[in-house]
Amino acid sequence: MLRVAPWFMFGLLVLPVVAGLATIVLPAFGYLPALQHTEPGLAVWVDLLDTPGIGRSAMLSFAAGLLTPLLSLALVMLFLASASGTRWAHAMRRLVAPLLAVPHAAAAFGLAFLMAPSGFALRLISPELSGWQRPPDLLILNDPLGLSMMLGMVLKEIPFLLLMALAALPQLNPDQRVAMARTLGYRPILAWFWTVAPALYPMLRLPLFAVIAFASATVDVALILGPTLPPPLSVRIIGWFSDPDLNQRLLASAAALMQLAITLSAIGLWIAAEKVVARLYRRVLLSGVRNTGHTLLNIAGKGLMVLTLGALLLSLVLLIVHAFAGPWRFPANLPGTWTTQHWLSVGPVLLTPLRNTMLLALGSTLLAVVLVIAALEHESRQARAPARLLWAIYLPLLVPQVVFLYGLTLLLEQLRWLPGLVMVCFAHCLFVVPYVYLSLAEPYRRLDPRWQQLSATLGVSANRSLWRIKLPMLMAPIATAGAVGLAVSIGQYLATLLTGAGRVSTLTTEAVALASGGTRGTIAVWALLQAAIPMLGFALAIAWPRFWWRHRRDMRGQLT
Amino acid sequence: MSASRLTLKNIDIRLHGRRLLQLDTAIEPGATLTVMGPSGIGKSSLLAYIAGFLAPEFEASGEIYLNDRSLNGLPAERRQVGLLFQDPLLFPHLSVAQNLSFALPGHVRDRRAQVEQALRAVGLEGFGHRDPATLSGGQKARVALQRLLLSQPKAVLLDEPFSRLDAHLRQEVRQHVFQTLKDAGLPTILVTHDAEDAAASGGPVVELG
Repeated sequence: MLRVAPWFMFGLLVLPVVAGLATIVLPAFGYLPALQHTEPGLAVWVDLLDTPGIGRSAMLSFAAGLLTPLLSLALVMLFLASASGTRWAHAMRRLVAPLLAVPHAAAAFGLAFLMAPSGFALRLISPELSGWQRPPDLLILNDPLGLSMMLGMVLKEIPFLLLMALAALPQLNPDQRVAMARTLGYRPILAWFWTVAPALYPMLRLPLFAVIAFASATVDVALILGPTLPPPLSVRIIGWFSDPDLNQRLLASAAALMQLAITLSAIGLWIAAEKVVARLYRRVLLSGVRNTGHTLLNIAGKGLMVLTLGALLLSLVLLIVHAFAGPWRFPANLPGTWTTQHWLSVGPVLLTPLRNTMLLALGSTLLAVVLVIAALEHESRQARAPARLLWAIYLPLLVPQVVFLYGLTLLLEQLRWLPGLVMVCFAHCLFVVPYVYLSLAEPYRRLDPRWQQLSATLGVSANRSLWRIKLPMLMAPIATAGAVGLAVSIGQYLATLLTGAGRVSTLTTEAVALASGGTRGTIAVWALLQAAIPMLGFALAIAWPRFWWRHRRDMRGQLT
Repeated sequence: MSASRLTLKNIDIRLHGRRLLQLDTAIEPGATLTVMGPSGIGKSSLLAYIAGFLAPEFEASGEIYLNDRSLNGLPAERRQVGLLFQDPLLFPHLSVAQNLSFALPGHVRDRRAQVEQALRAVGLEGFGHRDPATLSGGQKARVALQRLLLSQPKAVLLDEPFSRLDAHLRQEVRQHVFQTLKDAGLPTILVTHDAEDAAASGGPVVELG
């Protein structure tokens, strides 16, 4: 039973991605017998390249795929360096998980409420500072360069990279490294950059590639904050896919291949840049710089951390404000009246999406947690670490979703498998399983092996001690992994939309669908619900083990 | 509990081809063999080999017998070899009584009474519902020993179980452990680098390294 778990997981994560990729190749070259296209050729590519604005769409995707991870990484490193060994690090640790729980779409909507020409930020300075009595005619959101879209993603990728870094850091013993360098006369932040950062970076590579894959092919954030004329390539793929003219699927397939090439070349360029940067980095490091820029880095690190995490928090608060706001004329900082009208209007249509969201989240998370525990337990009984598996687990995060999910949907249609909750649930697992694994693997491997050995010497079987010893002792990390799973599932837009053939509605699909044309009040209600459920999950995951172990002091000690 | 004899035949443990230790001996019921040597010499890997969870990077050979029953190839939980670690390792999520009850074999019927009895035997009556974290170091050591006995082992391994105790406790706990194991008629292997432990055990001593 345990022995098949890693293989099942492997199959669950790798087969759909490979099948999805394989499926788009033939249609991209004009072969789709289901629609009577039986003569392969390059005509589709000619059409694709003739599409107005296609070059700009491709460039947007490429640029977003590189700038988003670059900016996120720079900020995360700066935070970590300036916060290392201070109380700031503690605050950061506290904030990271709940911020990570917020779905991309909800964060993007909150950011829109903050930054729009009629948004909160400009209200604060109007009319006193700006002189504006009405919203200025500025294209801040959906700007043609995609800057607001990238900013929206950076805000969400920062908590992700922070979490990955915080999980990796303890093995590096950063305090000791920094202390060592300080005795050699380096100021703390430079000491961190020269001694900790080079060791930390390799552990962030896979997560960074995942950020590149996500940022170069996002659909939901692009629909909310991204440029429209033309939109990034990923949005156009979805547009062609959902076109009533089914022949457009050839175009969508070619574009999906193009998207894959864009993402891969972004990753390739990143890897090439790594080498150059590493060389420069070493040169500066060896030059003995130990003082220069310390104050600036310190202020910048802490200041930008407050700014970005603050913007994310403020965005969430604005979701709440808008969800209850009555008429709100422009320069006023707060709504004139408060109302529950938005909730009442959403209420009647809420039930189905809410039920679907919960079923999908609970189903995929349960499957993921069981699978991941089985795989980890198998690994611990083998007493060997299967490092090779990690790439497979990351695969769905490294290949752009829009590419393989689109292909997978095409394949499911050809196989005439009915779309529905079960199919969508499996699609969610493609993303829930990797994140649950990433969240649980460390604590699981860190559990002192002597507990298991002790049980064995007491004559207790491995299975019984799994249930009676290991799982209870790991209750807190398992609960956290479960909360991560719920959050990932609830945030899924594309997987739900595509494998559900647009017929499975969730909080996320409803919220994103309102991006064009919804009123702010209703958008806020949907986005708030979408953000609230994962946060509730995290709150429970933190509170439950504390309550459960309230009479077990050494179990509470493990919870931080 | 029928008395058993622990026999080690031509034990040979290597790490990356380098021999760590060799041992060929037998321990009578109620007797204690002390294995001494500096740390890193492979004392703990000897215990891991006998208990059945030696890490795969070690190469080990040699026969282990309890009376006439060979333990080689048996999983750790079927060997009936108890082990006291350096730390008492009371399961932090179970109460004191649950820790003891967990060790009782499945076929034992009057579990609650046995647990009560085990606590009473070491002067910890009424401690059953307590959180193990609230016990003193000496109390934890006694519970750990009772837990081991309740699992009805046929032989016992001691992995420097007194080294983490305060000096004033060490003497007392040591006497208690050796006396109890002797009374139970269990063949015991003690691994230590403390000559006082060896002297207190009153049995033969093997020096390694």
